[in-house]
Parts: sequence; structure tokens; C-alpha cells
Amino acid sequence: MTLFDNLYVAPAALAVHAPILAIAGPLIGACAAALSPGPRSGWIISVITAAFALWMSVAVACDVAREGVMIYVMGGFQPPLGIALRIDALGSAMALLVSSMGLIGAVYSGHALVSDVRAEMHTLFQSGYLLCIAGFLGLVFTGDAFNAFVFLEVSSIGTYALVAAGEQRDRRALPAAFNYLIMGTIGATFYVIGIGFLYGSTGTLNMMDMAARLTTQGDNAAVQAGFAFVVVGLGIKAAIFPLHGWLPGAYAGAPSLVSVFLAATATKTAIYLIARFMFDVFPDTFAFGLAFTQFVLAPLSAVAVIVCSLQAIFAREVRQMLAFSSVAQVGLIMLGLSLANAAGASAGLFYIFAHALMKASLFMALGALAMSIKARKLDDFAGVARDAPWSATALGVGAASLAGLPLTMGFLAKWKLVEAALEAGAIWMVLVIATGSALTLVYTWRIADALFFRSPPPGAPRVREAPVGVLAPLWVLAGLSLWFGIDASLPESLAKSAAAALFGVAP
Amino acid sequence: MSGELLIFLALAVPLFSALVTYAVGRMPDVRETMTVVACIALSIVTVSMLVRVGAGAPPTMTLARPIAGLDIAFKLEPLGALFAVMASVLWGVNSLFSIGYMRGKREPNQTRFYMCFALAMVGVMGVAMAANLFTLFIFYEVLTFSTFPLVTHNGDAAARRAGRIYLGTLVGASVLLFLPGIIAVAVFAGSTTFTTGGLLTGKVDGAVASMILLLLTFGAAKAALMPLHGWLPNAMVAPAPVSALLHAVAVVKAGVFTVLKVSTYILGPELIATLPAANWILWVAGATIVIASLIAMTKDDLKARLAWSTVGQLAYITSAAMLPWASGLVAGGLHMVFHAVAKITLFMCAGAIFVATGASRVSELGGLGRRMPIVFVCFLIASISVMGLPPMAGMWPKFLLVTAAFGSNEWLTAAAMIVSSLLTGVYLLPVALRALFPAIGDPAPREFVRPGGTPGLALVAIGVTAGACIVLFVLADPIAKFLEPIRTISFVEAAP
Repeated sequence: MTLFDNLYVAPAALAVHAPILAIAGPLIGACAAALSPGPRSGWIISVITAAFALWMSVAVACDVAREGVMIYVMGGFQPPLGIALRIDALGSAMALLVSSMGLIGAVYSGHALVSDVRAEMHTLFQSGYLLCIAGFLGLVFTGDAFNAFVFLEVSSIGTYALVAAGEQRDRRALPAAFNYLIMGTIGATFYVIGIGFLYGSTGTLNMMDMAARLTTQGDNAAVQAGFAFVVVGLGIKAAIFPLHGWLPGAYAGAPSLVSVFLAATATKTAIYLIARFMFDVFPDTFAFGLAFTQFVLAPLSAVAVIVCSLQAIFAREVRQMLAFSSVAQVGLIMLGLSLANAAGASAGLFYIFAHALMKASLFMALGALAMSIKARKLDDFAGVARDAPWSATALGVGAASLAGLPLTMGFLAKWKLVEAALEAGAIWMVLVIATGSALTLVYTWRIADALFFRSPPPGAPRVREAPVGVLAPLWVLAGLSLWFGIDASLPESLAKSAAAALFGVAP
Repeated sequence: MSGELLIFLALAVPLFSALVTYAVGRMPDVRETMTVVACIALSIVTVSMLVRVGAGAPPTMTLARPIAGLDIAFKLEPLGALFAVMASVLWGVNSLFSIGYMRGKREPNQTRFYMCFALAMVGVMGVAMAANLFTLFIFYEVLTFSTFPLVTHNGDAAARRAGRIYLGTLVGASVLLFLPGIIAVAVFAGSTTFTTGGLLTGKVDGAVASMILLLLTFGAAKAALMPLHGWLPNAMVAPAPVSALLHAVAVVKAGVFTVLKVSTYILGPELIATLPAANWILWVAGATIVIASLIAMTKDDLKARLAWSTVGQLAYITSAAMLPWASGLVAGGLHMVFHAVAKITLFMCAGAIFVATGASRVSELGGLGRRMPIVFVCFLIASISVMGLPPMAGMWPKFLLVTAAFGSNEWLTAAAMIVSSLLTGVYLLPVALRALFPAIGDPAPREFVRPGGTPGLALVAIGVTAGACIVLFVLADPIAKFLEPIRTISFVEAAP
């Protein structure tokens, strides 16, 4: 069915343990990076570990493609008492996204950290970065609700530190990181409270077990409270409007590598967990949850698309613009999920992949351009395409994909979203998506206009083209955005089978 | 040559020409020679495609399939083949004119100018050959973006403003209206392939079909149907060759071509004949025809007058697409070509006058006909063709259109067309007549600002298209025969 069906990337003995190795590898790598003697060795450890995690994720994906579901019992304690990793098509697709972005980011970090982070912090930074990868992978692999909280915190602690590391370039990173820390902790706390409610009413922490018992439970206040706490708590992490307050500051202030990695993975994994709870753990008959998606989530997402796109248009700094745009795009993804059917979820997942690629390439291209000039505002980037054509063109590709121009992945993502909305008869949603796209076009055009059509102001510092170590990962991202715009069979099949796993229907 | 190769060449030749233009940008002679060579090559390719379509073996090609049901595919049919030939031949003629004009005016950024022209032709070829709405949309957007630098060529504040309006209107309409329309077609019909007789026939009810028709017709803002016409007069800040090719031939005709394709192959004449939305669009188009002609009368700036005239003439084709009589489609196709030939002549004349004398207003032209007789005689010929009088090519489509409008009992449309024809005479004829036969008491004609007057190459180009206005009068019948397959007899016509 997919590319992974007949792919054997690891020896069987290794493949059996691939899920836990994908998590443990980066954890061990994080310790090694922290202890490594210098920035160079830290970078090498980071790249090797990220590559290993990607390898293991692919092995898991192959296994899942063949078997459907992969269950890895930790330490031989059988669930529901023991902790188990349970990976289905959705989890393995998310893991592929996280670990491939992790590798690209790790390669990019070789040059990116030099200009953004103090030299003595590099090894610790790499350690935090690997911790994030481990946390995100654990989050998408685990089949245990409380275990998910642990991984959520592992990754969050990493991200708080990583955002704060941006203080060398921009002092505002510190308050932004603090803000993020407080908000994130509130979110995690809410999540734990919600799990507490659910544990109280079902007596289990294993997600599948919980799902089975919730079916027989019916609606009661404890379950409803549990649902509300879980979704709101994760909503903060996923930056669902209006819980997104931490995001613009954090993305704008963080080192460019962190913006790249977080934009591509952090909110996405939280969205994954929301989807997991909404559609997998809670039964289809859970009226409270359905009402919530229909009357709270969908309208809020629509507001996010419009309001945050407008904020992006009027943002003065480019990275803030992209950060607001991220919130708007999360709104689009949630619109897809709020349809609560396989087509909508598949469109939402496809959008997650598309958005990860385009936002990562946008942030990375901005980082590449800002390496030689300390540019923040849009005007600082006027005419840089003349001196740094490769970075600027990659940024243009990312912007085109964000705007949803044909022949980019962003176009197909919007297409699938509108198609799903039309099939569900949600005409208002089509209007919101169309308006959001038009607004997106306005601010992406502002970026493209500044880069390509304006001339640099006299006396402005000349930008230098970024080194190959930056251009290579950047163009991998931009190239994938283009390639998947012409042949999207791989992400489409991933999204389809993931949505099928989520809703228990044939892909 | 196989059909696939022809399609590939039709896209690759202009693309390659753009790259070569960029590469040899520092050598103007080589650059312009290469452009002319590309025009000739492309014309040969499109003509041989036309021949194949006429012989009943249309070239087809599937380039890629991003997701299931969404192909980037090409398939020629009579309308598209004719559009491709028209655009490529006129590109060649216009390139001759461009060389004369741009050198005569010593314009800056000429390399970018020729490059964007070639890229725009990639867009036009893609639009003409598209086998489905999705492919058409892609190249439609290529055309929009590649022509933006041409519209803002002068780079001053007015050009930037016009560029914003240009991009804002065209892209805004295609994202907000056209794209949702395409997706609606894909959802309801399962594909977006152009199908003879209409893809949606029997698949949707009247309300949905009406909605789709409105979305797709107004979404194709390049057709400049009111109220989405504002970008066209604004785009006249562009140099004359840009107005000539893009705003008489390529861009605006891509818009009405899209409308014709939608009406012929997506909804189908049978469905359109039953839709109230088609009637609404007919009224809007009728209003556009008359209002645009009235506004054109008030404009003293020659290019603005021509632009408003274009707005009106485009609405003729939109009307043709909406008439329940399917023979209107053939008339629309003819009008697309014949009006292009006449309008490009008018724009090139305006450019020639501007280069030679610096005059851009109608009131400054008095008596100039004595100095530039060829230009003004050509202008007169093209004016008569736009009006729709014999012995000019423009007569046939107007005649057929009015017949079709009467035949389908659309009296308002017929009346608008006839009135507008008269108005066209009022605003176009005096331009050439006052120049050729100045009234007693007119001020003396202006001096040439460029020694030697009109550049020779520009004169050749103008002569060719003006001659074509006359020649096509005789050739109208074969072209109409060629277009015949697009016309599936609708039941309205078949009824006694």
C-alpha cells in the first residue's frame, strides 16, 4: 500500500525494539552531548543521534505499515498495569515527521548556533535539543495517558531552555521563555488534572483500556471534566486560539534553529495528542466531546484563521509575522480535525506535514539570511535576494507553499481541507479557508515583495549567502515542499492510513 | 512528431527562451534574435497542433498526478488550439513591435521585460492546452505572476499602485472565487476534466450548478466582467507592447477563454440553458458592454480609451458563453481571435504614435495622419473591425452573436451588443479620422520627438495585424468550421 510495506531497514532483532530505541537513543545522546568537550563534538553527537532516531522511526513505520499496530511492552509488565508503547499509523507518521525534522535541524545547528547562542552553551543546547526529540517521539509512541504527560514534560523542559538560549541575539527571548514556561506548565497541569479525573472514573491509565471502559461509562460529570481539562491543557501546548499567547514571543525570540524545530513539531505533537484523545480514547458517542468540537473548537479555529492572519499582516517583525501565521495555520488544521471524520482528519494531518515543511523552511531561510546581517524587520530584508539568491529563493518557495500557490504542497493541503469541508457540507468553513488563504497571500506577498522587488536602502549592510551546511538542509525542506506539490503520494498515503487508524475505517 | 512531444515543446520553447534571454541579457542583439526565433518555433509547434486537432487526433499528455483525481494533464481541443495559435503568432508580431518600441524609447530593464514575456507565454500555452480545470488554474496563476513585473515595468508610484490592484484583483478573485469553484466541481463531479457536453451535466442540481457557474465566471477576473474590471484600465501604466500583447491578447483572452471552457466543457450548454445564474451573468455582461463603451467615450487618454473598449468587448465573449444557443460558443471563439487581432493593432498604433511624437491623448492627434499615414490607416482598419463592419474580420462574430442572442430570446443582450457597436464607432472612429482629415482650425500637428518617426519594425508589425483584419474576413468560414465540434446542439436550438 505504501512505500513502507516492503521496506526492511533494520535487522529484525533491532526492529523489534525500534520504538524504545528511538526514544532512548536521543536520551542517551542528550547526556553525551552535555558531557562532550566542545561545540564541534556536541554537533556531531547531535547529528548522529538524530539520524539514529530517524532510522528507528522508519523501522517502526515499516513495521506499522505491515502489521497495522505495534505494541511494545516495557520491561515485560503487561498492560494495563505495565506501561506499553502503542504505535499505529498515526503515531508512526508523526514520529517520521518529528525525527526527520530533528535530523534536518541537527544538521542546520552546526552553523545556526554560532550566530545565535553563546559558544559555551552549545553543548548544553544540543543536549536540550535531543531531549526535545526524545520527548516528542515518546509522546507520539506511548499508549499510556500518564506516560504521555511525562514525555510532554521532558520535551517541554527542553523547549523552555532552548527558547531562553536565544537571549544572545534578542534579549526578549528571556521573558518569552518565562512566559512559555508558565503557560506550558499550566497546560501540563491541566492535562494531569484531566488524566486524574479520567483515572478516577475508569481506573486505568492505558489509553486503549480507558477507551474500552469509557464506552460503557456513558456521560458523567467526571468524564466531562476530564475531557475539558485534557483538551484545554493540550490546547495551550498546541497554541489553539485563544490559548496561543506564548507562541509569538517564543517563536520570535528563540534561536532560529529552535523556531524551525518547534514550528515543525511542538504544536503538531500536541495536536496529535488532542486528536488521539478526541477520536480514539473518547468514544464516538461521547456527546459532550462532539458538541465541544462542533460549537467550541470549530468556531475558535475559524476565528484564529482570520484574526491571526490579520495580525500577521500587521506584524512588524518577520518572525513575529510567521509566528502569528503559525497560530492561524494551527486553526486551519484544527478546522480539519473538527469535522470529526476520516476525511477531515486526513486533511488535517496532510496539512500538518505541509505546514511543518513550509514553516521550517521559512524560519530556516530567515535564519540563513539573518546570519550575516542582524535583520529583524521586514525592511531590513529589502532586496536581499540579489546577494543571497539561494536562501531568498528557498524563502520564496516556503512563502508560496504557505500562501497555497499551485505546484506546492501547501496548495494540495488547502485543497484537501476544502474538499473535506465541502463533503461534510460545511460551506462556512470553505469561506473561512478561502478568506484565510487570501489574507495569507497578502503577508506572504509582502515578504516576497521586500525580498525580490525592493532595492536595499543605501548604506544597509550587505547580506552574504549562507554556507552550504545551511543551504543543504534548507533546500531539502524547500525541495520537499515542491516535490510533494507535484507528487504527494507519500504524505497522502501516510495521512490517509493515519486517519483510518484514528477512526477505525479502511483507508 | 508525437503529440506529447508537441505539448512538451509548446511549454519548453517559451521557458527555454526565458532562460536564454536571461543568459544572454547583456547582448541585446542576440537576446532579441533569440526571442524572435522562439516565437517562430512556438508558432510552428502550435500550428502543427492545430492541424492535428483538425485531423481529429488531438495531442494529449499527462505530466504528473499530485493526488488522486488531480492530474496535471494536457489535451488539445479546437478552442484551445486556436487560442494557442493566436497567442503564439501574435507574440511573434508583438515581439517585432517590442524591439522597435523598447529601443526607440531606450527603456531600462529590457532583459527582464523579454524574460517575463516568454514566461507569460508558458502560462498562456498551459492555459490553452489544459485538459482539466486544475491544470488550467496552475497556468492561469503562472500568467498572473509572470506579467506582474511587466505591469510595474516603469517602477514609479503609479506603476506600483497599478501592480497592487492588478495582483490584488486577479489573485484575490482566483483564490476567493475560482479555486472554491474548482474544488466544488471536483467534489461534485469527482474530477475536473473538460468533457464534451459538460462534465457536470446530470451530476448536480440547479442551485449548485448556478453557484459553481457564478464562482467560476467571476473568479476568472482576467475576463474583466464588471465589477472586477478595475485592474484592466489601471494596468495601462505598462509600456505599449505589454498592453498590446497582454491586455488585448494573452491575459484578458485567457480570462474569457476560461469562461468559454467552463461553459462548454464543465457545465455544458444544456445545463447552462436551464440556469437562472446564466441569465444574471448575461445581464451583468450586457451592462458591462454598454457602461464600458460609455466610459470609453469620456476618456481622452488613448490607451485608457482602448482599455475600456476591451472591457466591453470581453463581455461580448462572456455573453456568448452564457447564451442558451450553443452557436454562441462558436461566435465567442471567433470573437476571441478577431478582436485580439484588431485590438493588438490599435494598441501597437498607440505605442507607435507615442514613441514617434510623445502624444498619448486623443486631443493631441489632430492632423498627425499626414505625418504617419500608415499608422493611422491601420488604426482605422482595426477600428472598423472592432466596430464589426464589413469588410473586416470583426463583422462575423458580431453578426453571429447578435443572431444567437435573438435566437435565444435574449433581447437585452442583443440590444446591448448593437448599441455598443454604434458607441464603438463614436469613440474609435474620430481618433483616426481627426488625424487623417483634420478639421479647419485644428492646431498644427506635433513634431516627431524621435528622429525618423515610427521605428520600422513597429510599422511592419502594425501592417501585418491590420492586414490580418482584412484577410480573416475571408478566412472566417474555415475557422468557424474548425470550431464546430465544440458546439453540441442544445435542445433549445433543436426545438422547432
